[in-house]
Amino acid sequence: MFNFFSAQFWFFLSLLFLAFGAVGSLIFAKKDRLANWWGNGLAILASGSGMVAAVKVLCCGEFFKYTISTTLPNLAFSFVVDKLSAFFVLIISLIALLASIYGLGYIKHFYKKYNLGVLEFFYNIFLAGMLLVVTAHNSFFFLIVWEIMSLASYFLVIFENNDKDNIKAGSLYFIMTHIGTAFIMLAFLLLYQATGSLDFDVIKENVGQIPLLIKNLVFIFALVGFGTKAGIIPFHIWLPSAHPAAPTHVSALMSGVMIKTGIYMFIRLFVEVLSGTELWWGVTILIIGIFSSLLGVLYALTEHDIKRLLAYHSIENIGIILLGLGSTLIFISLNLKTLAALSLVAALFHTLNHATFKALLFMGAGSVISQTHTRNMEEYGGLIKFMPQTAFYFLIGSLAISALPPFNGFFSEWLTFQTLFSGVEISDIFTKLIFILAAGGLAFTGGLATACFVKAFGVTFLARPRSGKVLQAKESAFSLCFSMGTLALITLVLGIFAGAVSKIILGVVHNLNVFQQVSSAFFVPGKTFVLSNGFATVSTPMIFLIFSVVLLSVYGIIKILTKKRKVKISCTWDCGTKLKPRMEITATGFARSIITIFKGVLKPSRQLEVEYQDADIRYFQKSSTVKLEIADVYKIYFYQPLQNLMIKFSDQTKNIQNGNLNVYVAYILLILLLLLLTFVF
Amino acid sequence: MSGIIVWTIQLTLVPALSPFFLGVVRKIKARFQNRVGASIFRPYRDLWKLFHKNEVISEDASWIFRFAPYLIFSSTIILGASIPLFSNFFANNLLSDFLTIVYLVALGTFFLALAGLDVGSAFGGFGSSREMTLAALTEGGFIFSLLALSFLAHSTNLFSITRAISILPLFDFLPIILVFIAFVIVMLCETAHFPFDNPATHLELTMVHEAMILEYSGKKLALIEWAAANKFLIFLALGANMFFPWGLAAQNNIGGIVAALGIFIFKVLLLSTFVAVLESSMAKFRFFRLPDLLFTAFILSVMAIFLIL
Repeated sequence: MFNFFSAQFWFFLSLLFLAFGAVGSLIFAKKDRLANWWGNGLAILASGSGMVAAVKVLCCGEFFKYTISTTLPNLAFSFVVDKLSAFFVLIISLIALLASIYGLGYIKHFYKKYNLGVLEFFYNIFLAGMLLVVTAHNSFFFLIVWEIMSLASYFLVIFENNDKDNIKAGSLYFIMTHIGTAFIMLAFLLLYQATGSLDFDVIKENVGQIPLLIKNLVFIFALVGFGTKAGIIPFHIWLPSAHPAAPTHVSALMSGVMIKTGIYMFIRLFVEVLSGTELWWGVTILIIGIFSSLLGVLYALTEHDIKRLLAYHSIENIGIILLGLGSTLIFISLNLKTLAALSLVAALFHTLNHATFKALLFMGAGSVISQTHTRNMEEYGGLIKFMPQTAFYFLIGSLAISALPPFNGFFSEWLTFQTLFSGVEISDIFTKLIFILAAGGLAFTGGLATACFVKAFGVTFLARPRSGKVLQAKESAFSLCFSMGTLALITLVLGIFAGAVSKIILGVVHNLNVFQQVSSAFFVPGKTFVLSNGFATVSTPMIFLIFSVVLLSVYGIIKILTKKRKVKISCTWDCGTKLKPRMEITATGFARSIITIFKGVLKPSRQLEVEYQDADIRYFQKSSTVKLEIADVYKIYFYQPLQNLMIKFSDQTKNIQNGNLNVYVAYILLILLLLLLTFVF
Repeated sequence: MSGIIVWTIQLTLVPALSPFFLGVVRKIKARFQNRVGASIFRPYRDLWKLFHKNEVISEDASWIFRFAPYLIFSSTIILGASIPLFSNFFANNLLSDFLTIVYLVALGTFFLALAGLDVGSAFGGFGSSREMTLAALTEGGFIFSLLALSFLAHSTNLFSITRAISILPLFDFLPIILVFIAFVIVMLCETAHFPFDNPATHLELTMVHEAMILEYSGKKLALIEWAAANKFLIFLALGANMFFPWGLAAQNNIGGIVAALGIFIFKVLLLSTFVAVLESSMAKFRFFRLPDLLFTAFILSVMAIFLIL
């Protein structure tokens, strides 16, 4: 049955490793070191074999299906790994591999404080859950593994349970993810009702029978359900609190990979199964993409908790991915399949890129946090001198996420821009407007993201230390630096060889049956990447090459010509006073002008509390406190009214529950009568 | 052989001429202020002087501060070589995609802002904060002004755009004028001119660009100043050649190129005179009024795109 060394073999081997990893860590829970090595070691092996499986599917086309039927009706453990699944398996395994190596060193500071067996148990289960989510092909089975993934990540979020905030964040995550799951269930039940099957393949074959209304409902429910997991605005409120709460290597996985399972299901359901028939689907997703990317980056600017800042950037990047995905759906409904394929390549490429640079940034943040024991950026500063490697890798991550050449973020944003530009050129005035808004949104998002990462990198690593916590910081252990270094290299390699990578991704896209026999939207002759309509050309290897050559020659020439000049080291110009850390710009101060400009959206508030020496003569201040806060618009205009509605509704139901036993008996009688009556007629 | 000559000109033209145009703008401004003003070749002598000075580096500075001038300067060299200066026949130039140009500009800004933060002085930090605020809001206008042109030319390559626009009937120039206004706003912001920034200011509280580079001295200051001059010329050249692409050499022959170089210098002189007059005749805006101007640039470009399509 198993052909040794087939993709299938490697995939199941990976699951087996994870199962062993999970069970073993529980057994070794008493011994911290052993549990760490066992749990992470097996996760590393599992990710390695997962990558082999994915590469075999992507390159050799070894698709496989596997079904284990059960006695329960409709439940079949059915896996199908086509290229789309394999692509996501590859992303998950790649990030999981590096996160596990990172974890080996990172979780040492939990020794004797927390039960590492439990951490590793849930960690392995979480990885297995994600792998199964992107391969499951039966909706019942899918819901089970989806729930496994969500619950395992919930337990990872509340792992550091000495901090009450983490428990709170976990509860919010728990509630939100289950609201999402409820919507997903509704979507699947509707599909089951219309086609009589839970198997994705059967649903796909019978998609013609599904009435339009049901399709639209499925779209809305799936959008809310999977969108909650992906963190689209306004269903994102769990994300900025849950991602930072988890241990760092788990945050990297949650932000880099887990939220992408939502994107995976969007593609699976909307593009493949329902094959995106309606124009307004794509328009809706595009609009959500605009809001998510712009609001995500604006809220990120307001943050000074480094992990929350990164979490908000995940929302922004999900928005950018959705811009690509939304254009895909619009182009499919307009029957422009070549362009649709191009947009999907952009979306998938950005998914891959975001996974790499976001994992890198989270790991960099974790490395800083493990040395300074605080997430507050205002207490950092000058870390580049204490942790040079971490600083360098974080800088590369910042450049990549700001879409600066020659790193990978640049290419996928370039490609997303191109798909939006081609959207602007199509005829209908309404869709044209949406595309222009989307391109404008993306332009401003890119600019704001750059500003945000100047802030994040500058305040964390540059200038002088702002608190004593920095002074004891040392460079992190080898395993942490190794993971970050590898990811930094990957961001550069993906950026330089973007043409080749997009060819592979195009293979993934053409594997979907919507896009079979669609001509390619781009060519990669040599080092350049050319859109087939001749609109745009880019050559990332040449950018890198020319940049390196010019930079080196400028550096060399200036060095040689000015060899004789002396360099004197002195203090920063201090206007005659002694410079104190308080004189440096803070993260809050840096972003304040942008916040003021966008005050219509962010609604900043400023509260001044002054305490006087004497309550009667209010001349001499003892202390004054300024509180700068940001009001959450979506909380005020979306969640608060929703909550009020719920409370009102609950108040109404209170009327029928007056606590009198006789009344309840009467209710039972009434219901019984009602049921009898319905049976009679 | 002539290919090499053309390439050498293309690569060195911007760094060679940029201090000159800086000098011209300063001279015109001086005349407006009833001063004689320094010679228009003063910026060259300044650079020469700075390259010969020893430098002082803050003890708080990291390698970012030391490395940034080289990177910023290199990025302007590459930008200068990838835009149409005097010819429009480099169409398969690999770096001439306008998004690449925009993001290369952003790369320079990114490192300049980091260098401003690196020394830990309050001025540098606020300069970076202001610079990034403006840069973030300019990007929309910058991308969209060039996007409008690329819809006209159906190409994002700057050389193809100049060729397509130079053969456009005059009647189609209404949207181009709109886009040009948007581009001028973007240019003034990116190159730190009035009403966004005062390039000659000595008051730290109102500085944007100057505040970031306060701690630089010697050859690094020279590089940064030179890079700023290059950036100014790059934007002038974009404004002159993208929107009024007449007089660019279409073929690779010596006579044509010499004539085109003359026309290029004339066009850029005209545009820099315009900037100098503008600078002498208006005041610097309050910082929080600048976003309105930048959004105006964005909206003008959007309007032009609707007119074009």
